[in-house]
Amino acid sequence: MTQAAAVEKVAVRQYKGTPGQIRRRRIELTAGLVLGALVMVWIVANLINSPTQFAQVFILGFRNGLLYALIALGYTLVYGIIELINFAHGDLFMLGTLFSSYFITVWFGQETSNLAGWLTFFAALIAAMAFCGGLNILIERFAYRRLRRAPKIAPLITAVGVSFILQFIGIKWNGSTPRNWPKVLPQSEFTVLGVHIAWNTVILLLVAAPLLLLLSWVVTKTRQGKAMRATAQDQDAARLMGIDVNRTISFTFAIGGALAGAAGLLYQQTTGTTNYNLGFQLGLIAFTSAVLGGIGNLNGAVLGAVLIGIIQGLNDGLPIGLGQKWSQTVVFTILILIMVFKPAGLLGKSTTEKV
Amino acid sequence: MSTLLEVTDLSVAYGKIMAVKGISFNVDKGEIVTLIGSNGAGKSTTLRTISGLLAPKSGTITFKGEKINGLQGHDVVKKGITQSPEGRRIFPRMTVSENLDLGAFLRNDKSEIAADYDRVLELFPRLRERLTQKAGTMSGGEQQMLAVARAMMGRPELLLLDEPSMGLAPVLVELIFDTIVKIREQGTTILLVEQNALAALDVADRAYVLESGSVKMSGNATELASNDEVTKAYLGG
Repeated sequence: MTQAAAVEKVAVRQYKGTPGQIRRRRIELTAGLVLGALVMVWIVANLINSPTQFAQVFILGFRNGLLYALIALGYTLVYGIIELINFAHGDLFMLGTLFSSYFITVWFGQETSNLAGWLTFFAALIAAMAFCGGLNILIERFAYRRLRRAPKIAPLITAVGVSFILQFIGIKWNGSTPRNWPKVLPQSEFTVLGVHIAWNTVILLLVAAPLLLLLSWVVTKTRQGKAMRATAQDQDAARLMGIDVNRTISFTFAIGGALAGAAGLLYQQTTGTTNYNLGFQLGLIAFTSAVLGGIGNLNGAVLGAVLIGIIQGLNDGLPIGLGQKWSQTVVFTILILIMVFKPAGLLGKSTTEKV
Repeated sequence: MSTLLEVTDLSVAYGKIMAVKGISFNVDKGEIVTLIGSNGAGKSTTLRTISGLLAPKSGTITFKGEKINGLQGHDVVKKGITQSPEGRRIFPRMTVSENLDLGAFLRNDKSEIAADYDRVLELFPRLRERLTQKAGTMSGGEQQMLAVARAMMGRPELLLLDEPSMGLAPVLVELIFDTIVKIREQGTTILLVEQNALAALDVADRAYVLESGSVKMSGNATELASNDEVTKAYLGG
């Protein structure tokens, strides 16, 4: 073979990166496969061991996942539009749980699952969404708007500050220890094929799923949604289209807040407890979900949240497993793995942009 | 002819740096007026200020006899001024047709929007082939066409074009300028900002030469094109 022909033959082979990159990819792939196989073995072992229990914790995990999704969307919506990680968002959720508790039990005096209790629950849903949505508008207006053109670190630190403010409001309102509340949702459960399902799980699904569909409709089909997507991509260009950017950003905060309010009510009514630091605990998990799915991506946030919910549910509830004490470790290990191997998240933006 | 846009003694500053220092000019209905000058002369700053993206330090901008400086960007669009900005600024992760829809964001007249949609696609047939493509994946020239077409979708009375020929191949530059002339023929007044002074003077009725934030010369475009000073400084003669 002549040298030219040899060179040509080499050139025809597709370029797959430097030897280092190839080695790295190979290691990643192997590690991924091993990890995947371990998880599969674990799931199958549990499935054989006790299928009904598996189904039960799976459903519970899925339910928690939807709850995380409602919160995660608030992180991802705000990040998508102004590239701010709104650390105060979890605490807004926490205030949502407190508002719901007071609304149902203190202001409307409902303690049992009857018609009045039910009606109050739906009134509380609307009220909590309005409360958290409105509060989020105010937070954006007074804490973040003036910093929109400042270096990114300034609004980020401000968000941490707002988080503290909300937490202290939570301490003032709730007290510094967890509080128990009566639930107005039915506490009974029903059995399908030996699997116990609580009615409040069904109700949570029936409230959360339409909210997620509604959000998706607003963002993809309405004028406001169009304005949101345009503002997210280029604020000045959006202005030149006649879009009121400030109003659009307020609207985005309102939606994110409203979802957190709904999540607050649902959490309070399924667990029956509130605590001032809930925002930190669930907020971090929701944030992890948003990152897992690809921050800024709405479908990603829901996918990430449901995955985290299910993984957490399986880990906490299955007889063969690490158990609840490792719950947070598992969740944040996933966060670290995602940050290292797939920083853009599962559904992260991939469109190449020419300039 | 009636005056559409009148800029009087306009000054704009970025912090302490004055980018535009008391310039005055006007655009009459049906005209193509161009602001030419080198990098940093204040051309884009002027357009951004007219569009309400920047607030002037002093001076006034009136449109159809109404003061518009101090209005927010989206309110300026409502008055009938749209802009194809420097660097195109199309929405990269949206399709071409979604970009065009956004150009008509403030309009409700569905049938008229559909008519304008056809009209801009006739001006830029290339875009018709790309309607469902993500705008960010198109070539620079196609993106420029989209930026102009998008601004046209607002059915403006005054169209501001900022550097529409920047970074384009000569054949595309020619196409863009031919289209600018067509757009004017269809009744839209145009204020054009260009570094490509030769091409700009070729299509414009009148021109203002900007230099470090001030109007240095102004007049009939053909006369300026043959002016020695202009030729030397901007036309590479």
